[in-house]
Amino acid sequence: MKIVVMCGLGLGTSEILKVNAERALERLSIDADVMATDVAGVQSAARDAQVILTSSELVGAIGRTNADVIVIDNFFDVDEVAAKLETALG
Amino acid sequence: MSLPPLPLSAISIGVHAAGWRDAITAAGAALERSGAASASYAERMIAVIEEFGAYVVIAPGLALAHARPGTDVLRDGLSVVTLAEPVAFGHPHNDPVSVVVGLAVSSADQHVHFVAELANVFNNASVIPALASATDAEGIRELFGLGLAHTSSNPAISPASVAAFKAAAAAAAAANSDAAAESDTQDTL
Repeated sequence: MKIVVMCGLGLGTSEILKVNAERALERLSIDADVMATDVAGVQSAARDAQVILTSSELVGAIGRTNADVIVIDNFFDVDEVAAKLETALG
Repeated sequence: MSLPPLPLSAISIGVHAAGWRDAITAAGAALERSGAASASYAERMIAVIEEFGAYVVIAPGLALAHARPGTDVLRDGLSVVTLAEPVAFGHPHNDPVSVVVGLAVSSADQHVHFVAELANVFNNASVIPALASATDAEGIRELFGLGLAHTSSNPAISPASVAAFKAAAAAAAAANSDAAAESDTQDTL
């Protein structure tokens, strides 16, 4: 399974979300690759992804996708990330 | 893994900002003061928000201001600005912002190493409000799991205030076993 995390630059904020998404997946015992990308790269990065995690501010920048788009409010809240991933993947 | 340097010169407490641009400018000025970045980096951090919106407000009350590596990044560095009055960045859930963390990284490869440490710090939900109410720069370094800098000549720092922040940081660590288990920074608190 592939999960894409997206922020404006593909570094900094998206990498924080990547770290916490990996912690959430470990807690859920879900095996998945998590990849950080930026707005410019999301279409190619998410072509074979099941889920895109991003900020509410950036949802409109994704464009058309078959992946489930999950908005994370608090990038540091592993509980929030885990609950939303469980809902999307469960 | 360790955080980028956060010297006392990169910490500004109780800044009065009229809006989010002022707040980012203060975070850039703190990076400039500490020698991590030159003046144009603040403008580039502002440009990121102008282009992509307030997504840098990644948790309630916290903005992580940053831009891509560039020639205006002189070395890796963090800055912390706390705001006297919280300001709106335009984020639907996490406004208003009372703490701005500025991040300057000289190469994209370095980012990965730093962010895991930043995540360890902020996985403790009590850290953001503790930063917002901090009254001295040493207390802020403590909340990042950093040791005391040599500041005996600074009359603003009292042993009592340092002890208070150590207690707050220890309480924060105890409240979040996930982060405590994964973080070696807790050992230094």
